Amino acid sequence: MSFFTEENRALAGEIIGRYPKRRSAMIPLLHVAQGQAGWVTPEAMTEIAELVDTTPAEVLGTCSFYEMFKREPVGKYLVNICVTMSCALAGAVELMEHAEERLGVRAGGTTPDGMFTLASAECQAACTEAPCLQVNYRYRYRVDTEGFDQLIDDLASGSLEGEIPQHGITARVRQRIPEDRMVGAVPPAEVNEAPVWLAVPAPNGAGSS
Amino acid sequence: MSDTTAAEATPSTVEVTIDGVAVDAQPGELVIAAAERAGVHIPRFCYHERMSSVGMCRMCLVEIDTGRGPQLQASCMVQVSPQMVVDTTSERTQRAQEGVLEMLLINHPLDCPVCDKGGECPLQDQTMAYGPGESRFVEEKRHFPKPIPISELVHLDRERCILCDRCTRFADEIAGDPLIDFTERGNETQVLTFPGEPFSSYFSGNTVQICPVGALTAAPYRFKARPWDLAQTESTCTTCAVGCRIAIQSSRNELVRCLGVDIDPVNHGWLCDKGRFAYGSVGSPERVTRPMQARSGGRVADIAEVEPMRNFEPSDWARALDAVAAAIKTARPGAIAVLGGARGTNEDAYAWSKLARTVLGTNHVDAQLGDGLAADITVGLGTATIDDACTADTTLLVCGDLREELPVLQLRLRGAARSGSTRLVEISPTETGLTRDAARSERCRGGEAAAVLRDLLDGDDPLSDELAAGSVVVVLGRSSVAESAEAAAEVASVLADRVPHAKFLVAARRGNVRGALDMGLSPGLLPGRSLSADPTPALAAVWGELPPEPGHDAAGILAAAAAGDIDVLFLLGADPLTDFPDSVLARLGVAGARTVVAVDTFLNQSTIEADIFLPAAAFGEKSGTTTNFEGRVSELSELVTAPGSSRPDWMIAAELAMLCDADLGFVSVSEITAEIAAVCETHAEAMGSPVDGDGVLVSGAAFEPALPPAHVAPPRDAYGLRLVCNRKLYDGGVTVAQTPALASLRAETALRVHPIDLERVGVASGTEVEVHSERGALRLPIVADSGVGRHNAVLAFPSPELDVGALIDATATVTDVRIETRGTQEPAP
Repeated sequence: MSFFTEENRALAGEIIGRYPKRRSAMIPLLHVAQGQAGWVTPEAMTEIAELVDTTPAEVLGTCSFYEMFKREPVGKYLVNICVTMSCALAGAVELMEHAEERLGVRAGGTTPDGMFTLASAECQAACTEAPCLQVNYRYRYRVDTEGFDQLIDDLASGSLEGEIPQHGITARVRQRIPEDRMVGAVPPAEVNEAPVWLAVPAPNGAGSS
Repeated sequence: MSDTTAAEATPSTVEVTIDGVAVDAQPGELVIAAAERAGVHIPRFCYHERMSSVGMCRMCLVEIDTGRGPQLQASCMVQVSPQMVVDTTSERTQRAQEGVLEMLLINHPLDCPVCDKGGECPLQDQTMAYGPGESRFVEEKRHFPKPIPISELVHLDRERCILCDRCTRFADEIAGDPLIDFTERGNETQVLTFPGEPFSSYFSGNTVQICPVGALTAAPYRFKARPWDLAQTESTCTTCAVGCRIAIQSSRNELVRCLGVDIDPVNHGWLCDKGRFAYGSVGSPERVTRPMQARSGGRVADIAEVEPMRNFEPSDWARALDAVAAAIKTARPGAIAVLGGARGTNEDAYAWSKLARTVLGTNHVDAQLGDGLAADITVGLGTATIDDACTADTTLLVCGDLREELPVLQLRLRGAARSGSTRLVEISPTETGLTRDAARSERCRGGEAAAVLRDLLDGDDPLSDELAAGSVVVVLGRSSVAESAEAAAEVASVLADRVPHAKFLVAARRGNVRGALDMGLSPGLLPGRSLSADPTPALAAVWGELPPEPGHDAAGILAAAAAGDIDVLFLLGADPLTDFPDSVLARLGVAGARTVVAVDTFLNQSTIEADIFLPAAAFGEKSGTTTNFEGRVSELSELVTAPGSSRPDWMIAAELAMLCDADLGFVSVSEITAEIAAVCETHAEAMGSPVDGDGVLVSGAAFEPALPPAHVAPPRDAYGLRLVCNRKLYDGGVTVAQTPALASLRAETALRVHPIDLERVGVASGTEVEVHSERGALRLPIVADSGVGRHNAVLAFPSPELDVGALIDATATVTDVRIETRGTQEPAP
């Protein structure tokens, strides 16, 4: 009956173990849930509440604060077209119109085959590369209508699979931190040295990324 | 306690200037609180003195100068510091207040004419007092569907909400039920529950009371009245024995609302939902409002099921009381008994105690229905207060689930544990509402808490050192009615030798049970906490000769009645068929008494068997005093008229005495109060003069309670499970059933066992099984619950649907049950 797959349940246990308080694992677990289903389902929130020892209402409260946690199903690819000033001046409005026509959905909608969700977005901090968009938060710069069509064709044909994972996997988060770079759950009272993240890398290079 | 003589230094103060007046504030005090004490009211919405400050609403901005020039700061977030200068009326402060109110009103719908809060709304009042008078906002306001129910009792109107965080803070910090939270934070921030998971907290009603706008409204009060039309008086809640201070309000002679009043020693302004909404039962149309006598020709069982009133014919007070007097006069000596009295006032209890002893000539009186601790232990052992329990180094909980039995005590203890002012150690058969906040929680088999405690103290467990080193308060009660009172009280015997400095707080549960026992409604006790065998001279002078024969307690009375030895059985607001643990004995007892006289407000399982039914006045319909489980006497107020010809219990006692050619010596409540003060040395202060809202703690008793002998653990049935019958707040009792708002909240009955024990039984969770004790059998679903200790089988008592008492033998120390799975039904998928 559980929402998480066996693998993710184990991962959840590991993540919870990293924090002095279980509750602190809430947001990392929401990422795991979104990575598993593509969006954060009510079942996921209920289960996370159980795992971190709080109520589903508090998980919802946290989850709903973050725009990138989706509480409705989204397509495999979430296409966010920036419509803020610089992009708008460089043709984002026309690009959005074209995208709506091409995908057959309004901004905010999902194509019937479940492949694409189109959304308008606020500034993505790439003003020098306007107009820009993100597919599952991976940038595409200076996109014109042909470029957009090419991108959609590539995504539909699967040729970008390796570069752009399906929605929910925002980053290939490194879940396992090497021992020597681990902050560890040391109670504040017991900390008597400089924080480990300020430590000088060992001469043999261990710990450098 | 002996070394407190050291350093009783006067607390240092911080001198601050508030609006030009020098004020001595306490170190660490918030500016808003210091100003309040100095008589300067700073407007606020989110600040609440019983919760942490959050600075959400900005309404309390004032100019504060700490030497760097005046700055606008939120006075609920700033602590006083020496030489601080506060100006709450400066022009800048006023401009800030105007700005904040204009901002808060941007999205507020201003639907005051149809809002229940109108007339008592802080937002309305403060807008009038501090607001700019007009708004520059001409755009469309934010809209939400309104109102939405977030529980059976509370409705939420998000348009009116000003996001002050009071309700969500209360749910999280105070109640520990964070079932509501801010969601969609940003422009659309709103308080919400998780879909499908309502705000079903036992304390949800408090959020309505502290909501500074009309966003949260209580379903039973919606559109019932306007604040300026309400009559109000302060009283004390008698739903359970905590005795929370309340304000009751009525409109057109009907109780319509109940609010918590903040007093330091007891409830801090909070109430549980049962206490807050149980006033609904007072105005129930099912109330019996005139005397009734059983229909001649006997009862018709079939009719009684569907139409209980048909078993009675209407009577009047003269005829009904004559019938009672006739029954009394023809009764054999010592064959009259009085059961109950814990639901009335102290004055009611005293009148009935005096009637029984001096007119009826019997010691067979018991206010407890075999579901508490022994009367002398309840009265003589309990010397600790709620505050003691909240400040003791260790508070040992050996009682039922306080969340279900004494909810506001649970709030106080939870707050104390979280603030670190006490350390909770719990020994119980199941997890309770305080388990999460307890420093330590041990599971035991039902009835074996004393054995577990003895093993801990005699072994090399650190607990024995902890208890020896600091102050200890023991909250002592019955965690299960399926274990004997002696088994529960044995904890006191174990501690008497090993932790002699432990103080006890006896978690008596029923409304005024402590007061009834203090007034002598117990076979072994007389008014003023003295023993029947040893009446005080003051009492003997007024009461005269007392019955020499020792009396029976509830179990004894019912057994005697079952044997045909009781001619008149008074049920004084008592329902033994529901509340006495051994329902078989209760049924035989009530059936076996020659004449059963019910003094009650409703027909219930027991009073339906009565020969004569005398309608009694209920809560809010009579004045007097009540005593909470600490022994705190506080006042009860009359606000509405009793329906029909219902009368207070004491008046019925006085009239009965008259018809038996005697005179109890009082014709009003105040005369009884005065007599109690005169004959009870212990109560001279509490009852001798009017008491204020905090009440007066009555301490001391004229005797030492007899602790039960420490005995070996009862034999265990290796194949069976130990039955634990614990209480639920929304139980099978008549108060909940007759309160429309609460009746639907009663939980379904199921047998809860530990998952490993369920595995041993070999059925799936939810399967219907047969539960057998030596006494009887029941068919009900069995469910897995990891909060239940191993080898226990937990069942709520009393249940609205099931005769749980049929499993319990009142004379046994514990009850073991076996689970039969023959012919079981798997739950529907």
